[in-house]
Amino acid sequence: MLRLEHLARPGLAPVSLKLPTGACGVVMGPSGAGKTLLARAIVDLDPNSGEVFWKERSRAAMPACQWRRLIGYAPAQSGWWADVVGDHFLKPVAADTLRAVNLPPDAPTWPVARLSNGEKQRLALLRALAAGPEMLILDEPTAALDDETKERVEALLQRRLEDGLTLLLITHDKAQARRLGRHFWRIDSGHLTEGGP
Amino acid sequence: MNGGYIALSYADVAAAALFLFVAGLLTVLLRLGLATTIALHAARMVAQLLAIGFVLKFIFSASSGWITLAAGAVMAAFAAREIVRRQERPLAGLWRYGLGPAAMLAAGALALVFALTLLLRAEPWHAPRYALPLFGMLLGNSMTGVTLGLNAFTGAIVRERDAIEARLLLGMSRFRALRPFAARALKTGMTPILNAMAASGVISLPGMMTGQILAGVPPVEAVKYQLLIMFLIAGVVALGVIAAVYASLWRLTDERHRLRPDRLQAF
Repeated sequence: MLRLEHLARPGLAPVSLKLPTGACGVVMGPSGAGKTLLARAIVDLDPNSGEVFWKERSRAAMPACQWRRLIGYAPAQSGWWADVVGDHFLKPVAADTLRAVNLPPDAPTWPVARLSNGEKQRLALLRALAAGPEMLILDEPTAALDDETKERVEALLQRRLEDGLTLLLITHDKAQARRLGRHFWRIDSGHLTEGGP
Repeated sequence: MNGGYIALSYADVAAAALFLFVAGLLTVLLRLGLATTIALHAARMVAQLLAIGFVLKFIFSASSGWITLAAGAVMAAFAAREIVRRQERPLAGLWRYGLGPAAMLAAGALALVFALTLLLRAEPWHAPRYALPLFGMLLGNSMTGVTLGLNAFTGAIVRERDAIEARLLLGMSRFRALRPFAARALKTGMTPILNAMAASGVISLPGMMTGQILAGVPPVEAVKYQLLIMFLIAGVVALGVIAAVYASLWRLTDERHRLRPDRLQAF
């Protein structure tokens, strides 16, 4: 279970929530409400206060690198440091993994500079999944995708959920929230409340 | 130093300015509007070099360790000011003034004392005619290296934030996440001295070696001096840039392996 206790930072009122292991939680709310701040605070990318537990292990008790290997996060805007896609993956990406999100098997040889937003988004998702986290936070994972590709990505996420991955999904898409989510929160001006999509 | 040295008169020096004078006349004739600039810069160079000639004459004849130290301190202060002024994205607070200059000075001073006491062994070891030119060359080069290296590194922190955080999010430590960016900054800072090493002897004769050869020193002796200087300079530049970049890395991240661009000065 992911447990937040009074997690706070500027722009985010103290937030407490519980998300059971293997479940998909959804956070919705208007732009600028603090969804991204919440995600960054959970993975400890910005200075914050409060406590976070994963399976009753305290975040404060382990190095931040170890914490981020347990809980991954794919931001809405992905970052790329090398020229070629494949150099961002520790292991070669399997062709069927690529096919699962509608990408051809030669995608790892593509130059990053030529990627479309939708391609970046899917590759960043695969990169985060390939790191093998126990839980993953996704910020608008299908915002730049057409309907068919979106369905494929959702199907992939569904399979990973069945395999035991825990998801925290940030989305504007109510239909998607209903399709994937089991637990729902709304965030407004940095305040989190429990509530359906 | 044997008898090969040819003393120059002030008239010789003035005659050497003939070509620049002709170029200045040409710019007037062609209405390029550069004559005043050329004249001002030439006059400034004359004033600066004459002044430093007399200052060095005084320091050499005084031959006091304290006066040499004071002269070194003034040189270091000017170099430090350049580093501070030329940072495009400086660290916030006093770090801006401390970090770059400290990196430059620590490496430079260490190499200077090492070379003077163990290699040149002048009498006394801090004799100004060896200490000050050597210090000047070390400072000038490490100043350039540290400035370039810091600008490359802090620029990357600002521009490549998403990429760096993507690496942190995969569970890399702050040192591993920033390693490619530190490597690039080190390379940028060392480019001038690497170029100088590659070009020396083939494309250009280094200024100091040229000076020694003109002063009558046998070429192979001049080469030995030049090699000694180049090794010292390259080492000092590399150490200064590594120190400056890693100190910035340490300051611009924290113990929870977060990137902290908020510790750069706000625009």
